[in-house]
Amino acid sequence: MDVIQGIQTVVSPKIVSRNFGDTVFKYLSQFFAFLILLLIVLMAYEMYASSSLSIQKFGWSFLTSTEWDPVADQYGALPFIYGTLMSSLIALVIAVPIGVGIAIFLVELAPKWLERPFSFIVELLAGIPSIVYGLWGFFVMVPWIRTTVEPFLSRHLGSFPLFEGAPYGVGMLAAGVILSIMILPIISSISRDVLKAVPVSQKEAALALGSTRWEATRIALSYSRSGIIGATILGLGRALGETMAVTMVIGNRPVIKASLFEPGYTMASVLANEFTEATTEMYISALIEIALVLFVVTLLVNTVARLLVWSFTRNADAGGRL
Amino acid sequence: MYGLCILSALIALIPLLLIFYHTISLGVSALNVDFFTKLPKPVGEPGGGLANAIIGTIILVGLGSIVGLPVGVFAGVYLSEFGNNKFATIIRFLTDVLNGVPSIVIGVVAYTIVVLPMKHFSAYAGGFALGILMIPIVTRTTEEMLKTVPNSYREAALALGIPQWKATLRIIIPVALGGIVTGIMLAIARAAGETAPLLFTALNNRFWHTTLDQPIASLTVFIYNYGVSPFEDWIAQAWAGALVLILLILLLSIAVRIVTRQRY
Repeated sequence: MDVIQGIQTVVSPKIVSRNFGDTVFKYLSQFFAFLILLLIVLMAYEMYASSSLSIQKFGWSFLTSTEWDPVADQYGALPFIYGTLMSSLIALVIAVPIGVGIAIFLVELAPKWLERPFSFIVELLAGIPSIVYGLWGFFVMVPWIRTTVEPFLSRHLGSFPLFEGAPYGVGMLAAGVILSIMILPIISSISRDVLKAVPVSQKEAALALGSTRWEATRIALSYSRSGIIGATILGLGRALGETMAVTMVIGNRPVIKASLFEPGYTMASVLANEFTEATTEMYISALIEIALVLFVVTLLVNTVARLLVWSFTRNADAGGRL
Repeated sequence: MYGLCILSALIALIPLLLIFYHTISLGVSALNVDFFTKLPKPVGEPGGGLANAIIGTIILVGLGSIVGLPVGVFAGVYLSEFGNNKFATIIRFLTDVLNGVPSIVIGVVAYTIVVLPMKHFSAYAGGFALGILMIPIVTRTTEEMLKTVPNSYREAALALGIPQWKATLRIIIPVALGGIVTGIMLAIARAAGETAPLLFTALNNRFWHTTLDQPIASLTVFIYNYGVSPFEDWIAQAWAGALVLILLILLLSIAVRIVTRQRY
């Protein structure tokens, strides 16, 4: 895109030279771009420095201890890590099949005129603020889960430890369901872009060899596998850090229970609930360390996802949009 | 199997419709003139509104824009106009990464950078957090939109002897302005709907704020506090607040759709 550089490679550099204004403009905009790099480094450093008390005292056992006792100043993050991972996992189990299904519907089945409005509607889901999901989840979805979903599951699958116990409504299951709604748009829209990037010749070849339309779609799916995995991991990244909606429906109890009906707690929601109440330095420090852990996890997850989606759609130039 | 695909498309519509239905039906009853003009009343007294929270959200988003927009737009210009090198690839990647950082983590960072040195919660801290959130959205849309401007415009301007900075500011950016404004509106919509980064930066305030270095109310934090409260009329006001937020975001999304449709 740097046209001057392009011209310089053709013409001798001495003829085309940048004037003073250009140099200033380039370095000014470069400075602002550099600020983004600086910001991420600063974020990591600030959290590391502010959690040094807790890091020094608990070391790695912070990640493996289940004891969260502010009164005794003992902090272990395992229940929160478990809650974050478990609720996100439930969300993926629900959202990935539906999201990929929507993508197939849009790319293979839907008439052309339907595609844009339908994508718009699904992407509206992404625009609804987290707090509105929380409010809706708390007053509408949780009662429905308590009176309908959980009794149904425990009647039919009650022998599994996953669906054991009394139906509270609030709990791991409710958190997973609300998260699945929230990450559906990102999964479906990226899967759609990825499916669209499959070369038409792939499908034509399959059809020419006598396969049915569904078999051709399956070939397109297996061709775009890495892109769909990338979409899934991006959805995971979104689910891991989701705060308000989860805080309002998960029950907020730092325990690890096998049953999905039981209340839990996530890293993001313990920050939302306890940060302003934290009284001792160690308490604040432990909470900031949880934020640091969450930061590192989402950083890794997003990096992997971006690399997968980028490597797949680089040619189609569709990956960087979301 | 195609049947299942159609079914999943239908399933996706259900929560959206239900959320709209419940927000409208439960929120509309508490939505009146008082809601936009009065201060919150203490528990037990009926009536009152969230005027201070609405103004607070506007101020917080304004502060966020002061932090986020210059960085976002300039970084976007850099990535599009000078972005043919390794440094720009790294920045592009980090922008996506920053977009994925949970907003609550950004709140914690704003707490350690702004609240701790100032020793109290403030509108500045909330605005700072929202500004960080806005940067990646603005950067990426600015870059994408500038890239849709044909290269021949740049070459024509340079061939006429216009310096590159002038060509960018006076020709390239004006051509893509609609798209850049779209990105800015998306970022504003996202910032206005955020709760988590405000919880321990801007905190909350039941009265009018007088200066920006004290806690300030916001619509989203009020929705949260009222929504989990045990009082009927507070809960009704939380739904009304949610309705206002949803309408705002719906309007912005439709405006964005109309603007971008004209571009392609």
